[in-house]
Amino acid sequence: MIVAAGWYMALAAALFLIGAFGLLLRRNALVMFMCIELMLNAVNLTLISAGRALNDLNGQVAVFFILVVAAAEVVVGLAIIVAIFRRRATASVDDLSELRG
Amino acid sequence: MAEPILFVLMALGSLAGAVTVVAARNPVYSAMGLLGTLFSVAVLYVLQLAHFVAAVQVIVYAGAVLTLFLFVIMLIGVDTSEDWDEKLPYQRAFVGGLAGLIALFAGALTLFGNFDWVPAATSTDPDSTNGTIQAIAELLFTDWVLAFEATALLLTIAAAGAIALAHYRRGQT
Repeated sequence: MIVAAGWYMALAAALFLIGAFGLLLRRNALVMFMCIELMLNAVNLTLISAGRALNDLNGQVAVFFILVVAAAEVVVGLAIIVAIFRRRATASVDDLSELRG
Repeated sequence: MAEPILFVLMALGSLAGAVTVVAARNPVYSAMGLLGTLFSVAVLYVLQLAHFVAAVQVIVYAGAVLTLFLFVIMLIGVDTSEDWDEKLPYQRAFVGGLAGLIALFAGALTLFGNFDWVPAATSTDPDSTNGTIQAIAELLFTDWVLAFEATALLLTIAAAGAIALAHYRRGQT
C-alpha cells in the first residue's frame, strides 16, 4: 500500500505556505533565510513525488541540482548577512534602508 | 502498511518543525525546527525510493548548511528582541488576511476540487524510479553533464565570492 502523490503534494504545499508567510512576517534576516530553505525543500518534495508517480528518475536529478544551488546561495547569503552586521550591528531587515531610492 | 504510518508521522514532524521556524523568537530554536523538517523530509524521500537524494539532503542540508546557520547565529549574537512596530502600515494584517484567504482556497480546492494531482499514480513501477547512486549517476553523466559542469563552476564562484566578502574592509579596496 502506497501513499498517493496528491498527499505528498498537499504536504509540500503546506510547507511552502508556512515558509512564504514566515518570509513575509519575520524581520530577522537569518530567520527569513531559513524560511527560504523551507520553501526550497517543499519544492524538492513535489519534484520527488511527481517523479515517482510518472516513473521518471529525472525528478531526482533536478532535486540534486536544486540542492547544489541552495548550498551556494546559503554560502553567499550568510556572507552578506555577516558583512552587513559588521557595518550596522543589526540583523533586522527594517533597519537596512540605505539603498532606498 | 509501513508507508502511510511513516508518512503521517513525518508529515506531522515536518509541519511542526516548519511552524517552529516561523514562530520561535530565538533564532537557535528556528534552526532546530529547520533541522527537524529537513530530517522528516529526508525520510519522506526514502519512502519514495530516492535514497541518494535523501543521503545528500542529510549530509548537505543538515550537515553543512545548518551548521553554517548556527555558526552565523553564534557569530552575530542571539537577537530575540525583534521589534514588532510596523514600518509599512498594515503589513502584518495584510499578510494575515492573505494567509487566511489562501488557506481557505487550498482547503476548498482539496475538499471540492476533486481533480487528479498527478496522472498515472496507480501504475507505479518501483524499479524505474529506484534512485540508487548508479541510476542517478547514469543520468547525471549523460543527459545532464553540461548542467553538472555548470554547478561545479557555480560552487567555485560562490566560494570565491564568500571569501571576497569576508576579506572586505572599509577604506581598503
